Amino acid sequence: MLNQVSVFGNKSLRAIQELGSMAVFAGAMAISALKPPLRLGSFKRELYKIGVLSLIIICISGFAVGMVLGLQGYHTLSRFGAQHSLGAVVGLSLIRELGPVLAALLVIGRAGSAVAAEIASMVATEQLDGLRMLSINPIDFVAAPKAVAMLVVMPLLTALFIVCGLAGGYVTGVGLMKGDPGSYMASLRYAVDFRNDVSVSLIKSIAFGALVSIIATYRGYTSTPTSEGVSAATTSTVVIASVSVLFLDYVITALWGI
Amino acid sequence: MTNIAKGASEPHTITSPVSSADAHVALEHVRMAFGRRRVLDDLSCGFPRGKISVILGPSGSGKSTILRLIGGLIRPRSGRVVVDGQDITRMSEKRINEVRRKLGMLFQGGALLDSYTVFDNLALPLREKGRLTPREITQEVHASLAAVGVSDAIRLLPRELSGGMLRRVALARAIIRKPSILLCDEPFSGLDSVSIKHIESLLTGINRESGVTLIIVSHHIPSTMRMADRILLLMGQKSVEGSPSELRQNADADVADFLNEGLEGALR
Repeated sequence: MLNQVSVFGNKSLRAIQELGSMAVFAGAMAISALKPPLRLGSFKRELYKIGVLSLIIICISGFAVGMVLGLQGYHTLSRFGAQHSLGAVVGLSLIRELGPVLAALLVIGRAGSAVAAEIASMVATEQLDGLRMLSINPIDFVAAPKAVAMLVVMPLLTALFIVCGLAGGYVTGVGLMKGDPGSYMASLRYAVDFRNDVSVSLIKSIAFGALVSIIATYRGYTSTPTSEGVSAATTSTVVIASVSVLFLDYVITALWGI
Repeated sequence: MTNIAKGASEPHTITSPVSSADAHVALEHVRMAFGRRRVLDDLSCGFPRGKISVILGPSGSGKSTILRLIGGLIRPRSGRVVVDGQDITRMSEKRINEVRRKLGMLFQGGALLDSYTVFDNLALPLREKGRLTPREITQEVHASLAAVGVSDAIRLLPRELSGGMLRRVALARAIIRKPSILLCDEPFSGLDSVSIKHIESLLTGINRESGVTLIIVSHHIPSTMRMADRILLLMGQKSVEGSPSELRQNADADVADFLNEGLEGALR
């Protein structure tokens, strides 16, 4: 029993220590991102890799989610004769919850894992040590541009996901189920409020962007310098970031009010 | 150079150790461990200014660890690492970066940025320094590549280079800031005999022409015997130091076996 308590205590201490060093790492990245040189070239390259290359998966997924919402929403609402509110149901679901969360999970799977793997393979091939020996700070040169790009890209991809979702809902609700297009658009317009809905969505996407960028860069940066370390960094980034996003979503929703 | 390893039956010192005053780089009573595995135990040694020092020893004896300690990439558990008169053991990363301007390091795998061309890899440290114009940077890169004989590779990516070319490009990057100390981690490993001779002559040339202090970690005993001014042989609980001829005359059976096996292996 005492042994189990000791093991639990050790693991807890290690987890707290890890959180502490992640916070220090995030602080160092924030300082690097704000102080010159601003490394706009690297930032633009990362914007392309993280943002532009995620466009297709975000659009397709958003559209598919919107179609499912439209179909499920239409059948449920029609039971109560409220199918004219389909736009509101699809819009609020996407803007308040599904848009930010699903876009973040997709970005984690596509770009977060890639960022962790790239940095971890640089650790394994001594590229980061090579930079240190050239008096170049790897956090400044490698990690910060990736993190800032992810932070900038996340709200934009979330917005795109929502727009595609709304289009998917429209195609199903109006195109396939022959709902009224005017009612879809009007209910959407009246139900969605900027302060309570759009701003929450924006805050969530920025918070998720910050969280994912810190976890992905940190896991890559602190990986074991072996091929096994690269794979462990990638896997742990996807797992930890996904679970953290889901928990943070609950926290923000609870704090901001429903 | 002396190493008095804890638990050693008898420490072996062949010649008088390099005094701290003569040493360009010195390790004093350094202890280093990774987890529970002790790698260096109370190691004291000095590497003389302007000479070629080679660290020999079996795998896991802590050779590369010594280079990483000198580069400030890792910190010792105890003891001091002195580079060009400055104790870097407890220096901040910012101050170590200043000391690193005197150092160049040739990594075993090259450590070139794989998404950058050869030109960009070499230009990077000069651009970061920010004192040179683009034209001066281009001239420096061309000169550095010409010095190691790989001018043709300037537009290639690291993955497009052969092993020997990669090592030479990495050497060009290591010397582009004109360091006074050059650290080389296994510069001959995985190379054919022609490439080994080429790298060997390049390193010797850098030392003779510019007076750069070379500290080389190597498994390749024939090259070591040809080029080294001094050798530090790490063998588990003991270490031996001296010139190549002094090591050849060493009566210690372990030392003789290690050197003979290395020389025979190279002939096979």
